[in-house]
Order: sequence, then C-alpha cells, then structure tokens
Amino acid sequence: MDKKLLVSSSPHIRSEITTQKLMLDVIIALIPAAIGGIWFFGIRAAILIITSVVSCVLFEYLARKLMKRSSTISDLSAVVTGLLLAMNLPPTLPVWMAIVGSFFAIVIVKQLFGGLGHNFVNPALAARAMLLASYGSKMTSWIEPVNKIAVGVASSATPPADIDSYATPLAAIKGGGKLPELMDMFLGNIGGSLGETSAMLLIIGGIYLILRGVISWHIPVIYCGTVFVLTWVMGPEGLFTGNPVFHLLAGGLMLGAIYMATDYTTSPMTKKGMVIYAVGCGILTVLFRLYTNMPEGVSYAILLMNVAVPLIDRYSKPKRFGGGKNV
Amino acid sequence: MKFHSFRGGVHPPHAKNTENCATIPLGVPSKVVIPMVQHIGAPCRPLVKKGDTVKVGQVIGDTDAYVSAPVHSSVSGTVTAVEDRIITGSRPVTCVEIVPDGLQEVSGDVAPPVVETREDFLKAVRASGLTGLGGAGFPAHVKLNPPKEANVDTLIINAAECEPYITSDCRECIENTDYIIKGIRHVLKWTGIPRAFIGIEDNKPEAIKILEDAVKPYSDITVCVVKTIYPQGAEKMLIRTLTGREVAPGKLPADAGCIVMNVGSVSFLGRYMENGMPLIKKRITVDGESVKTPTNVEVLIGTPIQEVFDFCGGFSEEPAKLIMGGPMMGVALYSLDIPVLKHTNALLAFSKEQVKLTEETSCIRCGRCVEVCPMGLLPFELDRLIRAKSYEDAQKNNLMDCMECGSCVFACPAKRLIVQSIRLGKDALRRASAK
Repeated sequence: MDKKLLVSSSPHIRSEITTQKLMLDVIIALIPAAIGGIWFFGIRAAILIITSVVSCVLFEYLARKLMKRSSTISDLSAVVTGLLLAMNLPPTLPVWMAIVGSFFAIVIVKQLFGGLGHNFVNPALAARAMLLASYGSKMTSWIEPVNKIAVGVASSATPPADIDSYATPLAAIKGGGKLPELMDMFLGNIGGSLGETSAMLLIIGGIYLILRGVISWHIPVIYCGTVFVLTWVMGPEGLFTGNPVFHLLAGGLMLGAIYMATDYTTSPMTKKGMVIYAVGCGILTVLFRLYTNMPEGVSYAILLMNVAVPLIDRYSKPKRFGGGKNV
Repeated sequence: MKFHSFRGGVHPPHAKNTENCATIPLGVPSKVVIPMVQHIGAPCRPLVKKGDTVKVGQVIGDTDAYVSAPVHSSVSGTVTAVEDRIITGSRPVTCVEIVPDGLQEVSGDVAPPVVETREDFLKAVRASGLTGLGGAGFPAHVKLNPPKEANVDTLIINAAECEPYITSDCRECIENTDYIIKGIRHVLKWTGIPRAFIGIEDNKPEAIKILEDAVKPYSDITVCVVKTIYPQGAEKMLIRTLTGREVAPGKLPADAGCIVMNVGSVSFLGRYMENGMPLIKKRITVDGESVKTPTNVEVLIGTPIQEVFDFCGGFSEEPAKLIMGGPMMGVALYSLDIPVLKHTNALLAFSKEQVKLTEETSCIRCGRCVEVCPMGLLPFELDRLIRAKSYEDAQKNNLMDCMECGSCVFACPAKRLIVQSIRLGKDALRRASAK
C-alpha cells in the first residue's frame, strides 16, 4: 500500500459554516447602522468606529501573543467587539477613552477569561459599563444629529448650538422635556449613542442575521415584545397608559436586543433558555428605565442576564430522547 | 397517515448521484477475504482450513453462540489462508481467504428452506447468515425473536437511506420490489406482527411510486413517505417518526413495540425463502469525487475493495480517504485490500479537496450542537467534560445515549471533534467498568 490514505473517525463531511463566517455576517449586518451613525454624527463617528475596531484587534493580537497562545484575530470576533463598542459610545467621546474601553473589553473581559467563548459577560457591554462608571459626564453628553433622514430623502439639519444641552429621548421623557416624533426615532433623527439611534437600520441588519441563520428570532423578538407589553401596562397615568412604541424605539433597545443580547457566548444554548433570558432582559430593562434614576437600562439588563445564563442553561436542558431525566 | 418528527437533525447535501444507476454485477473477483465477524455478537469459528476446496453458499464459519450469524463462502474455489487480519476495527479478526476457480459451483447444502413453524423460520433466518444490512449488522434471527413480554405490533422497513451518496437501498426498492414484498409477507406471517410500515425519505420519488403500487393489494403494508433529514434512518428516529414512540435509553426497539429491518434485509429474505441461497453478495453504491464512474454494483462478499473501484473505472485522481458506508457514519479504511462485508452499503473515495482538514477552534457556545442533537444531549458539554477527563460527569449527562450520528460535528462552526471525543469518553468508561 503505497498510497497515503487519511483514516479518521466519522463524520467525514462538515457544513460550510465557520466561526469566521458567522462573525463576518454580524459585521455585514452592522454596516447599515454604522454608516448611519457616520451620516448622523459626522466624521467623528467614523474616527471612533475605526479607533475601537483597530484597537480591539490590536489588543487581541497582543494579549494572545503575551499569553503565548495562538493568534485568533482571523476569527473576526475582535472586529465585532470593536464595532459593537463604538456603536455604544456617544459620538463626542474622546478617542483615547474608546481605546481604554477596547482594552477593557478585549484584555480584561475576554482574553483573561480564556478568549472567545469563555467570557461570562458581553465584552463590549462590559466596557461600556466600565466607561460609564469612570467617565460619567463624557459618556452621557449627547449631540443632535448633524444630518437627518427625511422620509425618503436625506437632508442636512441645522447644526446643534449647544452640545451639552441636548437630551436623548429617554432623558427627555424622564426630565419632562419635549419628545421627538416617533418617525424620527424610527429613522434615527435623534440623539444617542453612535449606532443605536436608527431602529430602521438596526432592524435591516437584524433581518439579515435571522435570514442567514446567524441568530434566531427568539431573543430580539421576545426581548422587544416584553418591553412593549410592560411599558404599555406600566404607564405613567396608571395601567395601560404607557407609550410602548416610544420605548421600543428609544435608547439602545434595538441595538441591545438584536446584536448584544444575542451574543452566542453569553446567551443560553437552547430556545427554551433564550425565551427565559429574553423575558428577563425585557423585565430588567423596563424596571431600570421606569423605576431608577438611570435613563437607560438595556446594557445593565443584558449584563445581569449574561451572568444568569449558566443558571438558565441548567434549567432549560433539552428533553432527553426516550424520557428519563437529564441530571 | 400522520407522521411525528424528532428533534434536531441536519441537512447535509444529498449527493444521490447514483440514484438512476441500475445495479451492475461485478462477477467473480481474483480472491475473496471473508472475516469471521461481520455482525454484532460472538465471532464465528472457521470450519475450513488452508487447502480445502469450497463451494458457493457453503458454511465456512459458525458458532454455537445465539447472538451470531454463520458465514458462507461467496465463491467456489480453494482456501488459501485462514489467519488473523485487521479489517475495519482496531483488533484483528480471523479471515478465510479463498481463490475462486471461476466455476461458481453451488454447494449441495443450498436448498430452499422448509418452513412450517415460527421456529423453522427463525432457524432458516439464522442459517441464511442474515445480519442487519443497514449498517449495524445485528443478527436477524435475534431481532425477529423478541422477548415474549415485548408486545411487538409494528414491523418497520427502513428504506429511509438518510446518508448522503448512498442509493443502494433506493435501487433495491426499484429493482427488487417483489422480493421486498415477499420478505415482508414472510416476516409478518411467522412473527405474527399485524402491520408493516415502509419508511422512505421523500427524495426518492421513483422508489416511492414503485413501492406504493406494489403494496396496493396489501392492507397491512403502508408506504410512509417521510421528511428528508439526517438521521431519519436511525432506528430510534424512524420509530419515533412513524409511530410517535420513543425507545427508552438502553432499551431495544422491541420495547417500543417495533422491529426495524433494513429494506435490503427483507428483500434478501424474500429471495432466500425461494432459493435458499445464503447471504453471499451485496449491492453497494460506489461514489466520491475520486471515482471515475460512480454507480451501483452487486459484489460478492469478500471482494477486495480495490477490485470494486477498478470495476468502476478506477480513480480519476488519487483518493485521499476511502470510506466504507456513508460520509456521516461510515468507517475510513486504511487499505484497498479490505474486503466488502455483509453490511457494506457504500464505498466512497473522497478526493483531497473533499477531505480538507479544518482546524479546531474554541467553542463559541452558539448552541448549534444542542439544537441538532436528535437524542436531546448537550454535545458541547460532553465534549468539554471528556476533554477534562471527567468521564463520570459525562456519563451523568447521558453520554451513553449518544448514537454517534455526527450531526453535532457537521453543524459545529468551530469544527470541534465532538463525536470523536464522545467515542473516547465511552471507551474510557467501558474500560473503567471492565476493571
């Protein structure tokens, strides 16, 4: 026998899907909202996005190198983290703060826990929470979009006069300010984090992810559905007086529900678990929004539910074929 | 008829390239190598020695053990060796090598069995050497004789053929329809089972049409067209799909009131009851990128696979991997000298392009393995526990339920060798309990 034959254990064929392709799909899905962010907030948004993507990849490379582990930058997960982090930052944030955030996300939250698949909370969200705790005022100063989308056509808006006085819709509803039109919130003609303002662009990417089979509909739909129902029931004037559409479109809900809560590593393994997790995210988000002095609750809600995932996984195991108990 | 479904499963490319290739008999090879173990159960003792002359259908290996099946010569000729060889497993098995004289003289022992009672029938089935032809190789007479307390009410004929590439069962349905029906009638008659379901995946329209026409006169045989999804043809999955019943962990199909037989097995029985010729040949699909002319061939058991590939025009390019069986559960072979066995249903020669090795990366906890596992296991967790050598924890997570269908590995984006580590874990547990 002179021919060389490969002898390996079955199965002998694999699907085409790879981690890299999945991450690439997430990047593709985020492109509309990222371009939207640059359109709304100008060149500084582009600089923030590039800075955090590049620094995330660089920190990933350096951390793996220092820990004498194989390089993992080709799996593109660091690009996704960088992109998601940038989307979660105010457009006016100093660039160096984004680098600090990238360091925290990649080195502390991800690599120190073992790298991709081992982090127990979403790295981008954890970095956002860390930045918020460290640089509170910079992380909560918002600007009005420099460009807006008129229905059908894009148009230029008058530049904002005073940066610090601008309030996001959620801050406005808490502070009793003037609320924006729902259509403006849907399109993204409002202030907020770089990539969270346009529900429309985020939903386009979300539909792409669902159609490509990268994520299932369960987490985004059930998360948003829970927020919708609860904000409607728990209205300011008593039961069923809320403005659920406002809450769906406001703040980081769409970004969180579609892109952050669905992170594989920090969400449950089974559909049953995903339902529990998404309902939990929804309840916590509404509680934070309505009953705390924080304007926004999406990131903390997801981070808290991330921590609950091992517990959820434990109680949402699939049914064993042929009956019997799963221990 | 309304069907049930099972959880999980995957959709590998069908690649049923040979579904329209009528079976071509290969004829008598230059030698045959017949192992004494081609079934689950006790090995046979060789009944011939070097220098003996044998005839077609002559018993050359048998044992007194109940769970076993005799082995017959597929050719007439001279025994040139009786020795231990490594075939597909890791342990050597005793093999009888015969050089044919080309005359194919039939042994005088070959005669249609006389069957008047259930016991006669089971005896005849044993004498035929029939083992499950679907791949597992469980002796048929054992399967057809379930414990009395098991209340078997359904005979399931497995024609699902869910593995990619393989079309030998599909061709069986098209070419040997009458024998399939005759075989089913014999089994129903002698076992007293009231009904038979033929389970076939909906990607075989021609076979379905022919079977449906053939069963029309019989109200107790139903052709059940089921969804094409791997592993539909796994015994437990097919039972679940057709009856809604689940075989409990560690139990047999009979415990769920079912006996499952491969369509090739009943077809063989139908013919055997007529002419008494034991199991000496097999229809196999020959396919894969490296095969010049993929087709279905009828091969004498013991034929070296080299001669089977040569018969199909040889290799168009050097094969990188040879597989006996399907690409999901088949066994990779180390040599072209390995013979065709009773339960061989396909020979695949994969090209270099088809066996590209992918690097394992970290589990990203995407949940795909959990979603596709038909047994409701947590493959990623079993993989993790076994790599950490926590075999007992893996056992508590129902490690032994895994039927190694490979769906998790197929679906894994991180290309992790999950089933492979599950096999290691099972082996470690078996060793530990053997101590």
